Amino acid sequence: MSKKQTSGADALIHSLYKEGVDLVFGYPGGAALHIYDALFNQSEVEHILVRHEQGAVHAADGYARSTGKPGVAIVTSGPGATNAITGLATAFMDSTPVVVISGQVKSELIGTDSFQETDMIGVSRPIVKHSYLVQKAEDIPEIVKKAFHIATTGRPGPVVIDVPKDLTDPNHTFEFNYPKEINMRSYKPLKAGDPKQIKKAVDLILEAKKPVIYSGGGVIQDNASAELTELAKLIKFPTTNTLMGLGAFPGTDPQFLGMLGMHGTYEANMAMHEADLIIAVGARFDDRITNDPKQFALGAKKIHIDVDPASLSKIIHADVPIAGSAKECLSALISQLTKEEIDTNKLEPWLKQITNWREEHGLNHSMLEIVPENGKILPQQVIQSLYKETEGKAFITSDVGQHQMFAAQYYFFDKPRQWINSGGLGTMGFGLPSAMGVQFAFPKETVACVTGEGSIQMCIQELSTCFQYGLPIKIINLNNAALGMVKQWQDMQYGGRHSSSTYENSLPDFCALSESYGHVGIKVTKLAELESAMKECISMKDKLVFLDVDVDPDEHVYPMLEAGNAMDYMHLSKDKRTW
Amino acid sequence: MKRVIALLMENQPGALSRVVGLFSQRGYNIETLIVAPTNDPTLSRLTMSTNGDERIVQQITKQLDKLIDVVTVADLGESDFVETELMLVKLNKNSITDDEIEKFEGKVVFEDNEILNLQFVAEPDKLDKLIKDLNEKEPLEIVRSGSLGISSNSKTLTI
Repeated sequence: MSKKQTSGADALIHSLYKEGVDLVFGYPGGAALHIYDALFNQSEVEHILVRHEQGAVHAADGYARSTGKPGVAIVTSGPGATNAITGLATAFMDSTPVVVISGQVKSELIGTDSFQETDMIGVSRPIVKHSYLVQKAEDIPEIVKKAFHIATTGRPGPVVIDVPKDLTDPNHTFEFNYPKEINMRSYKPLKAGDPKQIKKAVDLILEAKKPVIYSGGGVIQDNASAELTELAKLIKFPTTNTLMGLGAFPGTDPQFLGMLGMHGTYEANMAMHEADLIIAVGARFDDRITNDPKQFALGAKKIHIDVDPASLSKIIHADVPIAGSAKECLSALISQLTKEEIDTNKLEPWLKQITNWREEHGLNHSMLEIVPENGKILPQQVIQSLYKETEGKAFITSDVGQHQMFAAQYYFFDKPRQWINSGGLGTMGFGLPSAMGVQFAFPKETVACVTGEGSIQMCIQELSTCFQYGLPIKIINLNNAALGMVKQWQDMQYGGRHSSSTYENSLPDFCALSESYGHVGIKVTKLAELESAMKECISMKDKLVFLDVDVDPDEHVYPMLEAGNAMDYMHLSKDKRTW
Repeated sequence: MKRVIALLMENQPGALSRVVGLFSQRGYNIETLIVAPTNDPTLSRLTMSTNGDERIVQQITKQLDKLIDVVTVADLGESDFVETELMLVKLNKNSITDDEIEKFEGKVVFEDNEILNLQFVAEPDKLDKLIKDLNEKEPLEIVRSGSLGISSNSKTLTI
């Protein structure tokens, strides 16, 4: 029996299907037209038309982060490709599995500055895990197979496949063969950790009197939350999560310290600073965690587990570096430790100390009971109202700024992949399109995008996409009429000079704007209306609701680390600090 | 401290730009770089010399190893190795004597009535010194290949 004859374009789409892709986000254009015709002629892969290529990549990213499956975006050459760059850089910094297929001008035109030509491989090089410029149509199935293998294994990351238009020509057909497996001599992702290193880690764990587990996005990426939680419970170590790692350990568990770092809780940062042992798992000692690396947790031994060997001892020297997958290394630790006698009693003074820290300066999780004297709504109250109304079960995406930090601090995430935000790159505009990706993956779940009036305007065009596909996303806009985080820094470090961080009454009426896109808008200006408005918003299961809440423009995010110092240097409020 | 790093990578378009790009992207310095296909034509071998302390060189080799096209990386300084470099020098024919050429261990690779091309193969430090001596002869042009390295024990760089 002869094999199916396909064009490069058909082969590309069918290869995606072979990889289990049933949904792609994209935007057509000249160099991608053969690909779009191939999409039209089949029903294996559904295409979602976005309104801007940045939205396509963020949506694919949101899909990937919430499901663990790779997200796919298709864009055309030139401006289509460059518009995808912010999305790629976002996925790269947070190590998420995204595959971007970009159309390219015909092979013979490459290098001639032809219409809509951009050297996509060159432009994207520093912000992708890998990229392919297709040279022959017949190579497409193998390249797709490799691209998905690379994007999803080891430390995940985005992969670009740049396809010259002539290689998708319907008149050139060939026999379609999809490789069953791929073996790359130059790419062997790590799995198990070195047993000798595991043994050393076990010894340190058994000795520790003031330990902390510090886990990051790598635990979520590797689906190792169950193992992390099991280990933490077994050895009773207090656990903190990075911004990217929230949900890996249950947010409502008493053993949880909250988030650490720049806007981490007092108790998490103090515990890191005073610890005698830090177990870092799938985290990379980012500068938003360590503050000054030279003064970082000087009394602590560090066990560092990471699937990327280049992360080990990159910023902070690891006493016990373990290169391997989070899941396998944590399982190995658990199986070793269950054979040991673990004396958790010796942790008591440490746990007491942490309780004291929490009582002293922990976050107030009952802020809805506060009625501010100035009559304004506090942004934290909006997050707590959202938490209450969604019973802590919603998928929350966010943009970047104060609202992101308030969401991270005040919404307890009990499950991995429930909290979706741009942590590494800090991309404003990520919230709404990533929420689209999540809502497509989980059509029946509540998906809320916590945003601000600054961020939402960076990808607001996607409101149109949401209407076309009937996505009932809940947009929770913490409207403080200013670029809040910029303004906060200007308040704290620039004598309150608000250089270009306010809009001089030029903001749109967001409710009317949403309504013009076919959605529902609800405006909240009084605290007394907040909870009923939130209830109404969340209860509309089949409508996108834009909840525009005027919040106190003078509110700052605290705690906040004081730059250039150790982790115990924190601003706790406008007039209180730890030093 | 100067370090010599050798690596094998897929002999594919774009592979070299990823290696070179990594250096500028991460703020590392490349002193010399030399690359050519190996006896296995699907692989290229690249030798580079760079400056940095132990920790930086470790980061460089790890980051290089992370590149998908890079098959294997070695910091040659981790064991005994031989480092050598090729230098070509163009001089006016009458500016140097045969005795001097012999003393400098040069080899005449081209000559006519006006021009003389000399070839030197030596360790980079030796070439540095040689250039100082040759400068007195007012050379017209000097070109160096950059360091080439190979370990001098039974260890080999293989896939």
